[in-house]
Amino acid sequence: MATDTDIAPAPTETDHHDHPAHLQHHFVSSEQQFDSAKLGMWLFLITEILLFSAMFVAYAVYRQWHPETFVAASETLNVTMGTINTIVLLTSSLTVALSIHYIQKDEVKKCIYNLGATLVLAGGFMVIKYFEYTSKFEHGAYPGGMFDPHGGHYAQLADVPFASQFFSIYFVMTGIHGLHVIIGMAVIGWVAVRAWMGSFSSEYYTPVELTGLYWHLVDIVWIFLFPMLYLI
Amino acid sequence: MSTDTQNTAVAQPDEHEEGENYLNHETSVWSWLSTKDHKRIGVLYCVTLALVFLAAGVLALVMRAELSGPGETMMANDTYNQVFSMHGIMMVFLFLVPSIPAILGNFVLPMQIGAKDVAFPRLNLASWYVYLAGATLTIMALLWGGVDTGWTFYTPYSKTTGGGVLWMTSAIFVAGFANIFTGLNFIVTIHKMRAPGMTWNRLPLFVWGMYATSIVQVLATPVIGITMVLLILEQVLQIGIFDPSLGGDPVLFQHFFWFYSHPAVYIMILPAFGIMSELIATFSRSRIFGYRAIALSSVAIAMLGFLVWGHHMFVSGQSVVSSIVFSLITYLIGIPSGIKVFNWVATLYKGSIWLQTPMIYALSFLFLFSIGGFTGIMVGVLSVDVHLHDTYYIVSHFHYVMMGGTVVALLGGMHYWWPKITGRMYNETLGKIAAFLIFVGFNLTFFPQLVLGAKGMPRRYATYADRFTELHQLSTAGSGVLGVGLFLVLGYALWSLKYGEKAPANPWGAATLEWTNVAALPDPHNFKRTPLITRGPYDFHLADEVFGGGDGEADGDQGLRVPDAAPAAPLEPSRDA
Repeated sequence: MATDTDIAPAPTETDHHDHPAHLQHHFVSSEQQFDSAKLGMWLFLITEILLFSAMFVAYAVYRQWHPETFVAASETLNVTMGTINTIVLLTSSLTVALSIHYIQKDEVKKCIYNLGATLVLAGGFMVIKYFEYTSKFEHGAYPGGMFDPHGGHYAQLADVPFASQFFSIYFVMTGIHGLHVIIGMAVIGWVAVRAWMGSFSSEYYTPVELTGLYWHLVDIVWIFLFPMLYLI
Repeated sequence: MSTDTQNTAVAQPDEHEEGENYLNHETSVWSWLSTKDHKRIGVLYCVTLALVFLAAGVLALVMRAELSGPGETMMANDTYNQVFSMHGIMMVFLFLVPSIPAILGNFVLPMQIGAKDVAFPRLNLASWYVYLAGATLTIMALLWGGVDTGWTFYTPYSKTTGGGVLWMTSAIFVAGFANIFTGLNFIVTIHKMRAPGMTWNRLPLFVWGMYATSIVQVLATPVIGITMVLLILEQVLQIGIFDPSLGGDPVLFQHFFWFYSHPAVYIMILPAFGIMSELIATFSRSRIFGYRAIALSSVAIAMLGFLVWGHHMFVSGQSVVSSIVFSLITYLIGIPSGIKVFNWVATLYKGSIWLQTPMIYALSFLFLFSIGGFTGIMVGVLSVDVHLHDTYYIVSHFHYVMMGGTVVALLGGMHYWWPKITGRMYNETLGKIAAFLIFVGFNLTFFPQLVLGAKGMPRRYATYADRFTELHQLSTAGSGVLGVGLFLVLGYALWSLKYGEKAPANPWGAATLEWTNVAALPDPHNFKRTPLITRGPYDFHLADEVFGGGDGEADGDQGLRVPDAAPAAPLEPSRDA
């Protein structure tokens, strides 16, 4: 059988002859490392989808139970701001995709610019979200128990049963989404700094690619949140 | 060829004499706390989980002591509620769910597929720290007044019963990430890190079990995470998701909870199936019967496991139609489980059975898990469940699966891999005595509970009607025997660390890589040379010709002949490519 191979003298694998600096010792090749990282990221994205899924289910159930509440309460949301935010986030997905494209072509500067643009757009999204939230708070539309339709101009919701439930779901879903945006901003910032320090090239750009994947997920979740909460 | 085999078998212990292994190449405390070696992380998890099992096990003994008489015997009812809640929460979320993957999966899986480590070693270490954070939050919950909701946290009660619940639900949220990290790591490792020649059909069945488990961990755990977050937000902000007074639905909580917690049952039992396949094949000295059927039935169970959560809610007010559908799908789970049991029995048939301690645990498992499985089918029957719901029948059923299945398999696996982990042999005689005590004690504890449940004894009660006294006392006596058996295991395990006989590289004559190609105490990088796999994991007849008719014990202590090592792979085909 292959016993000969067993006996044949062979240099041990432990001596580290020249290989790329980014290659960790337990991987055989850069390809294996890149494929592993990418598969791991996809699995993580699946967990994220399931994390949001319970909230989508809750939304579906209570929309079914209290349709008139959802219609009435949803009308108080600012569709213009929501639309602007959707455009902002979609554009940021484009810039993050471009950053991957440029690093693949070894154009590090353009990659950094695009990462920076993504960061600015993400920040813009959060700023708009901040204005939306504060305007809701001014009208007494707090989540759950603190909901107070008489505090602001939402008196029409006072007679709608369980109006607070809509705002609970709105704040929880957009809040957890917003948290993902903030985490994404931190990661994009870190990747941009590393790119600036010259860690990445067409040979090795795994973190850029993975960040891009994550950012697309954040975008996709918003694409579902926007029509569900603002439009229908 | 068999001459070569002999040479290899003799040569291996010598290599081990050279000295460096995963335990002694670094010894400082910091080297353990910062280790990225999957074997060391497995050991860290082993110590931590043993402590949790000890604590939760003592709570169980305390509960049984309270139930030794019909009235209040040693603690107030409120205390009892907290004790059974903590027992359940710690056993399920902090012990059983992580147990086999985190200890044995971490230790064995990369070696079994011929990898140097898991795909993400840092994430692996992070998993342990996240787990510790979860355990710390559990302790906070205790300090904050404890939890008396049972391990299920059903709303609206869990919303009204004090601050401990907040800490506890946070603990479960946090500890869930530890499981996700482990599961994610294993899936990627199995997909991407296999040695050359290690095809999917040559994966040891333990790896298949871990693969199925990991899929469930990754898909189910996020749901309990968000459910716990919503529960916390409900308490803190009064959002109306689960609270009927705010427009929410407590049954929705049950759906969310069981959408995780039923698959979680398979997170606990699938790795046990994996261990069983290893033990049965190795100690029967025969090729496993129906390799592909066992491997794929694990995956089938993992998938079906997501479609049956409603059988926990037959009396919770879900629609009759969904109850019927859930009940039917529940029966389906019996098919892949049955396939496994039959294949194991078929492997035993005409095998050359070697009754060492791990094999005794494997045979116990066959018996106990079958009872657990059959009682499970019974409570999956709609009309029967209405009678048995929330009785001791259920308690007994899931203990037969979780303790009789998972814990017994874990014990079998720990004995089996103990020589590889510690480099020492445990005391075989004491091992057999303990396995016997555990088997007897377990049945004495839980079989009377099946009868109690059928007679109408409700679960989670600190007191009971006089007519249940005898069966309860029998059960309490059994728990004592069980406790003695488990403490005996703890005792000789600790003893063997210092005084145990030094283990050879392959004491069981097993044919998987962690035995054939790894030194008695593994090298920090597992393999001196990456193996090239040319046969299946249980092809004893291809590994060498020595097993024909040989009874292991007779073949014996002098020179148990072991399968030859897999040859080394050609050096680094693609590293510099």
